[in-house]
Amino acid sequence: MATRLETLCLNLQNALGERIRDLRTAAGEVTLEVAAEHYLETAKLLRDHPDLRFEQLIDLTGVDYSSWGDGAWTGLRFAAVCHLTSISKNWRLRLRVFATDDGFPVLPSVVGLWNSANWYEREAFDLYGILFEGHPDLRRILTDYGFVGHPFRKDFPISGHVEMRYDPEQKRVVYQPVTIEPRENTPRIIREDSYGDVGHG
Amino acid sequence: MGTSAMAEIRNYTINFGPQHPAAHGVLRLVLELDGEVIVRADPHIGLLHRATEKLAETRTWLQTLPYLDRLDYVSMMCNEHAYCLAVEKLLGVEVPLRAQYIRVMMDEVTRILNHLLNIGTHALDIGAMTMVLYTFREREDLMDVYEAVSGARLHAAYYRPGGVYRDLPDRMPQYVENKFKNAETVRRLNAARQGSLLDFLEDFTHRFPTYVDEYETLLTDNRIWKQRTVGVGVVSPERALALGFTGPMLRGSGVEWDLRRKQPYEVYDRMEFDVPVGVNGDCYDRYLVRIEEMRQANRIVRQCIDWLRKNPGPVITDNHKVAPPPRESMKANMEELIHHFKLFTEGMHVPPGEAYAAIEHPKGEFGVYAISDGGNKPYRIKLRSPGFPHLAATDELARGHMIADATAIIGTIDLVLGDTDR
Repeated sequence: MATRLETLCLNLQNALGERIRDLRTAAGEVTLEVAAEHYLETAKLLRDHPDLRFEQLIDLTGVDYSSWGDGAWTGLRFAAVCHLTSISKNWRLRLRVFATDDGFPVLPSVVGLWNSANWYEREAFDLYGILFEGHPDLRRILTDYGFVGHPFRKDFPISGHVEMRYDPEQKRVVYQPVTIEPRENTPRIIREDSYGDVGHG
Repeated sequence: MGTSAMAEIRNYTINFGPQHPAAHGVLRLVLELDGEVIVRADPHIGLLHRATEKLAETRTWLQTLPYLDRLDYVSMMCNEHAYCLAVEKLLGVEVPLRAQYIRVMMDEVTRILNHLLNIGTHALDIGAMTMVLYTFREREDLMDVYEAVSGARLHAAYYRPGGVYRDLPDRMPQYVENKFKNAETVRRLNAARQGSLLDFLEDFTHRFPTYVDEYETLLTDNRIWKQRTVGVGVVSPERALALGFTGPMLRGSGVEWDLRRKQPYEVYDRMEFDVPVGVNGDCYDRYLVRIEEMRQANRIVRQCIDWLRKNPGPVITDNHKVAPPPRESMKANMEELIHHFKLFTEGMHVPPGEAYAAIEHPKGEFGVYAISDGGNKPYRIKLRSPGFPHLAATDELARGHMIADATAIIGTIDLVLGDTDR
């Protein structure tokens, strides 16, 4: 008797076949990775295949992998990660697809398949600069009108580039370069696996 | 009247918000109108964007936790819950059973708090002034519960990865006499507060069904309320799924989907409760769903109280790489002192990997997608807030309705901009 997750993996393998680049189960979650050119047809199969039936796109987000593991990352930089839910089958799936060009990340849009992707893709475009081809209305969503840059990229400083203040001489709000220094109280550290174990060191 | 005269009529665009009492925060809604009929609604969000996800990348796993309270600032503990579940999933730590019961109980208290606010302000927005006075009366009692367990009325930071911060208190804070409250008022207010927190909460659960009946007397058969909500903002089950609706917005359309039942977390599989669903998918049905959810939440709270009375025990994991050791042993034991010091300076190390944890938040599915590269800080946190796709659907919900219905639709979405903008 296969568990539910094994059934899901088996169904995915049967339905998608060669399109699967990576399929793994960790912490009770199934992660599927496909190439950008297979993204749209995979998404359509995931939604419509009678053994899969992922009716709902719960979440779509951009990820910038460039500083993963303090420079240990060698793959592509930008990915879009979707979380799908099937109401009728009661299972979940994570779908990851990397954009092929790090300098100009472009992915097909899934708005036509799941309408909820509309704002999620706008958000990923706003924060990471991933372009979604075929999106009906790809505007910025969370940042200010006229904002420059994509703030969630790892090379964007946490304090930003500009700050806003009221200028009493010009009698209006003006933008100027930031005057604060970014401050890090707790440094980011990655320890080796056995750190802190009994007998270590 | 010829066609040339008609052609001169142009659509009118108005700005709703960002400072509008019915916008529930800072929502800017650009409405394109044909007379009084909405042709297009374009919500502009982000005015409350604080980049919580980016901030989380520069803070340790524990330091991130209080930021979660500030997302949906009317259901604080539920946000923390999803975050803790995600971190626990990555770490693989077990949460003590008593902590799980406390979490479930506080989640349901939060659900009542959230729905009380929603129903009160929704009614206020569309003309029923009295509701908010009654619902805020009950919210006050539950805010006291929040304060008693965590020390804060709003931003609790009570759930921690591995359990909850401390056990439930044995006594409730008391009112004291002052120039605004005389001895008689103080005696009345303190009557239910003589015992422990559980006594106070149990007393509340006995009183609460009557209060819900009162709300229903005011609204459920109210002619004006029905005129404003029945048939407004109708969503079919198919559209609700495609638009990414969850929670009462999805159940109002008749889809029986509740994570507490379908994918139970903590001890929800031991709880007895019903999942209400609507029929027509309009604002009125969603109101009825929320009313019934409050009654069911009350039932769950009562079951948790019974269990918590009988079963004392630890409330946080004894894995001191994740949770701090007790104060006494820290003072007496070198090893515990080191654990304490390392935990609060460097923070815990979460093994590399990714996890998505979702809970049935009062507004829908609240999910936390955490990616760790093995560091003491998250590599990436994505917060899936339920209000985001709901607000994205405003255009579809409002199209063809009168401009006055815009407030009814915003009210029914149960919008909190802190949650939508993150």
